Amino acid sequence: MSVDFGRKVVVLRPHRNASARVSLRPALVCVVLVLAALAVGVLTLGTGEFTLTPAEVLQALSGEGTRAARLVVVEWRMPRVLLALVIGAALGLAGAVFQALTRNPLGSPDVIGFSTGAYTGVLIVTVLFGNGYYVVAAGALAGGLATAVAVYLLAFKRGVQGFRLIIVGIAISAMLASVNQWFIIKVDLQAAFAALLWGQGSLNGLGWAQVTPVAVTVGVLCLLLIGYGPRLSLLEMGEDAAAALGVRVEPTRLAYLVIGVALTAVATAAAGPIAFVALAAPQLAQRVTRTPGIALVPSAAMGAFLLMLSDFLAQRAFAPTQLPVGVVTVSVGGIYFVWLLVRQARR
Amino acid sequence: MSLAARDITIGYDRRTISEHLDLEVPQSRFTAIIGPNACGKSTLLRALSRLLKPSAGEVLLDGRDIHARPAKEVARRLGLLPQSSIAPDGITVAELVARGRFPHQKLIRQWSAEDETAVVAAMAATGVTDLSGELVDTLSGGQRQRVWVAMVLAQQTPIVLLDEPTTFLDIAHQIELLELCVRLNREQGTTMVAVLHDLNQAARYADHLVVMKAGVIVAQGDPREVMTAELVEDVFALGCRIIDDPETGTPLVIPRSKVTQRVG
Repeated sequence: MSVDFGRKVVVLRPHRNASARVSLRPALVCVVLVLAALAVGVLTLGTGEFTLTPAEVLQALSGEGTRAARLVVVEWRMPRVLLALVIGAALGLAGAVFQALTRNPLGSPDVIGFSTGAYTGVLIVTVLFGNGYYVVAAGALAGGLATAVAVYLLAFKRGVQGFRLIIVGIAISAMLASVNQWFIIKVDLQAAFAALLWGQGSLNGLGWAQVTPVAVTVGVLCLLLIGYGPRLSLLEMGEDAAAALGVRVEPTRLAYLVIGVALTAVATAAAGPIAFVALAAPQLAQRVTRTPGIALVPSAAMGAFLLMLSDFLAQRAFAPTQLPVGVVTVSVGGIYFVWLLVRQARR
Repeated sequence: MSLAARDITIGYDRRTISEHLDLEVPQSRFTAIIGPNACGKSTLLRALSRLLKPSAGEVLLDGRDIHARPAKEVARRLGLLPQSSIAPDGITVAELVARGRFPHQKLIRQWSAEDETAVVAAMAATGVTDLSGELVDTLSGGQRQRVWVAMVLAQQTPIVLLDEPTTFLDIAHQIELLELCVRLNREQGTTMVAVLHDLNQAARYADHLVVMKAGVIVAQGDPREVMTAELVEDVFALGCRIIDDPETGTPLVIPRSKVTQRVG
């Protein structure tokens, strides 16, 4: 006796108390996305003033090849590639969490004010304390979190509804954007330039020192998401339906909001506000995998692939000039929006 | 497997809907809650299903405060069909029904043989087995409602609450759904509680009627004894005659008319 789910499903039952149901298509899509991201990663490792072929890169990674190649690949370029993958995955997850909670494809952290708030935080600390890496990261974190709390409290009325969260977020975001402009005009040129550069979102200049904290934090947040199981999908069916199935709605939603904000905060603190990945990854993933509702794992895989590809393009497009990756994601995001509009208009 | 409200006060924000309400849900029976609009019948059902926490008093499930018990444990005892639920984009019938198994699942036990049996049985009982692989978005309103009921049945709870389950359904689907509820109640002994709008359907299918007016339970018991012309006049401000339903012998409410009269 087996159930027709309307798609190819693999049932795993290794033990009486261990079982899972895996849809084949999303699983395959995730594998392909991860492999594609890794392939672009290998290309990226070979890109730069010291150019290497993919074969040389793989040699260097396995500890062979020349010492110079190993130095360039492992010490200089590897951290950036790892960060692109981890931060991309974190942004994809954050977007998925917010879009599922708000049941709205616009419900992403960059739309609801988090990134703008992080930027405000960075501008403030840059003026007060200069622009060291950790100062900037702390400023981004504090600004983003303060904005998230403000949006949450202003949108709160007997629990938080998705649509109100988005509207309040857009309003706060617009207000903070003008505050940011005012700051950039008022502060001295050097500080303004540093802040502007950070505001583009860039992986330039990141090294091994940033990899460990980012990877560990994102890893812990992923474990928390796994611990909450399928509750995010149940919340998508409406509060009453989720509660009837045994989800404690308000505490669970708050926990997801905190996890989503934390994922965005880690990414933003490390690389600045990288636009559109969180917005586009879950939607693209859903269209390719055809999962019911927003799914976390495909969104993470799509986010990692998108950011890896964008960073490769950012380094290659106008070489030797390196673009901030944020510029590329904004352009890619623009194409995504046009596609979305055309699709909607054709319906 | 008992459900009862003890001296509960319920409402939204500072607006109280009902005060000091007591209700014992009869076990293994089909109870219908009826009353005019805004009488507090859905609010009572929300309190019984722990979606709304009473500001005073308690709802007892198996003799213990429903809010003091773990949410998943309650969901294994008590199922609810809410007034409105959202089917996620691109979900198929079987996938939606399978979500009803959540209270029985654990982190590493996501799809056991029991889950599969329960989903198959729930789809068979509601007659949606043939739709199993279809997208929920493409179904008709009646089919969709049966799928939601199947999800609640897959939860395999001894108590099932339904909040206005027949709204938005045409008459044929209304009857089909109510007969399904009666069948489940008789075959599996499931305790059913439904908020219903149609007095005749309530009188016909329920074993026990709970009649509410302005937040107060004004009458309850066997429909044949409870449903009188005086009660309908009092609760709904509607003049009527009560005759026997020629099909089932249950009370049938015939409203009086001021504008059209029988000719001849």
